[in-house]
Amino acid sequence: MELLISIMVGVMIATGTYLMLARNVLRFIFGLVLISNAANLIIFVSGRLVAQSPPLIPEGADVPPELVANALPQALVLTAIVIGFGLFAFALTLVYRGYQSMGTLMSDEMRLAEPKEDGQ
Amino acid sequence: MSWLLAAPIVIPFTTAVLAFLFRNGPEGRWISIIGSAGLLIASGLLMQAVLADGVIARQMGNWPAPFGITLVADLLSAVMVVITGVTGLAVAIYALADIESRLEKLGYHALFQVLLAGVCGAFLTGDLFNLYVWFEVMLIASFGLLILGGRRQQLDGGIKYVTINLVSTILFLAGIGLLYGMTGTLNLADLHLAVQEVENKGLLTVVAVMFMVAFGVKAAVFPLFFWLPASYHTPSVAVSAIFAGLLTKVGVYALIRMFTLVFTEDVEYTHTILLWIAGFTMVTGVLGAAAMNDFRRILSFHIVSQIGYMILGLALFTPLALVGSVFYLVHHIIVKANLFLVAGVARRIAGSTELSAIGGLYKTAPVLGLLFLIPAFSLAGFPPLSGFWAKYILVKASLDLEMWLIAGVALVVGLLTIYSMTKIWGSAFWKPHPAGLEPKLGSLSNRDRTALILPIASLAILTCVIGLFPEPFVQFAERAADQLLSPTDYVQTVLGLEATQATGLAQLEVGP
Repeated sequence: MELLISIMVGVMIATGTYLMLARNVLRFIFGLVLISNAANLIIFVSGRLVAQSPPLIPEGADVPPELVANALPQALVLTAIVIGFGLFAFALTLVYRGYQSMGTLMSDEMRLAEPKEDGQ
Repeated sequence: MSWLLAAPIVIPFTTAVLAFLFRNGPEGRWISIIGSAGLLIASGLLMQAVLADGVIARQMGNWPAPFGITLVADLLSAVMVVITGVTGLAVAIYALADIESRLEKLGYHALFQVLLAGVCGAFLTGDLFNLYVWFEVMLIASFGLLILGGRRQQLDGGIKYVTINLVSTILFLAGIGLLYGMTGTLNLADLHLAVQEVENKGLLTVVAVMFMVAFGVKAAVFPLFFWLPASYHTPSVAVSAIFAGLLTKVGVYALIRMFTLVFTEDVEYTHTILLWIAGFTMVTGVLGAAAMNDFRRILSFHIVSQIGYMILGLALFTPLALVGSVFYLVHHIIVKANLFLVAGVARRIAGSTELSAIGGLYKTAPVLGLLFLIPAFSLAGFPPLSGFWAKYILVKASLDLEMWLIAGVALVVGLLTIYSMTKIWGSAFWKPHPAGLEPKLGSLSNRDRTALILPIASLAILTCVIGLFPEPFVQFAERAADQLLSPTDYVQTVLGLEATQATGLAQLEVGP
């Protein structure tokens, strides 16, 4: 199971990197979304996966009776998803606004802040 | 006592909420100033406590470490929070005259305070994942500030800034995941012990390099700095001053923290990389600055080049070198924010930041000329200003290790810094104004003039004080570097005494 998810992470990062190499900013953002989800999966897997044993402690006991799933990575992933969601909502809006005012999505053509100087 | 550690985070957040509620009236800006003053006072008290008691740590929500989130202040954290308070207050006052009411209505003051909260949080946290959260708080606030107003230039710079920072964030997050998978803990003090027991040292080094890249983007080191000169000159002056002062330094702080506390297993490898990075960062930054023709863009490139010096101190990894790094951090934040503020005034009275379009400031506004010269010479490292001591310590540290090349690079970069500073001086101050204007400070209203000049003058005085009386500051930096190199205190305070005795920390200590 861990191996499978690791391979999946690899594929997602590879795909994401390919998308991020594009000059089109929108593609770049999509690649970023893929990689950020891969990062979430990394955290998830690094807590080790145990099937069918929820982290519940029976009444009266202090520790769970047997090996249970690690709950901490899931809490971390949840936090990371929420933060990531906010950031990507912002990034997409920003790119859309940029497209509206600059009329392009190509990063090569975005030279307003750093205009080409003579002789270049 | 735990309010002492939480106050530098709680105060700006509270101020942000209030400032947002009153964003339509003039109350908002005064709330922002009062909040920043409160932050400065709180940070002063924190500093006092740290100086008296050594490292302070508190468990938030009373979850014992390493399970809960710990807030820790050692000398480095404390001084960074103090300097955040100083720059925060200076920029808040400057904003009175610089930020138009249109931007205030959009929530400038609230974003500004959230940014301060994020920066303070990042300096004070003792938990790796919590550090990530504070980075995000800081980032989202900086995104907002950067594009506030929505001019096309800002959007252009903003897109580059946002995208590259998101990449760094994701690397940071993936690094956290892998490190947690290897060690099973996220508490920095606990990590210090746990990494020593990791068997797969190779993987640990890989993760270390991931963190290096992630923080390297935030700190704008070579070759990851391109977002900085692309965006820092686009927002309002107050915004670029606070960015220039604080944001990249959070990256440097995170690098120093991680590479003195956690990743000290393979110093030979990681710190050699850092040394190369430092050299190239210094050189590319200063050459970039020499090629620019805009006040703020020259200064932006100088941030990059100065970051190289701070990384140099970390890379050499001797007590003296770390003293240099800490000293440099403090000096640089003050000087850099100040230079951006001066650039703002120059734009205000002379009409532009483009060097070819302004001039004549020395003749008609000599006070501004003086106020520019102090931080500019300090940046270049003229004695007796603060930059001289910072550079002196770092060059001495590299000569002690017989690293002639890097010492030479540091000195030559200092020279080139003077070159671009004289370029600004020559075109903005000495040559006559191309449009025949006579830029005068007197053309500003009384209130604006006070709000603009007061923070600049105060920061300039601070630079002079550090430069003329460096002794206590160097001693302080020595103590801070000492704590960094032998983190026993840090670890013991965070985890409680028993835990560390059990693992026999004393023998495992890293040190020169």
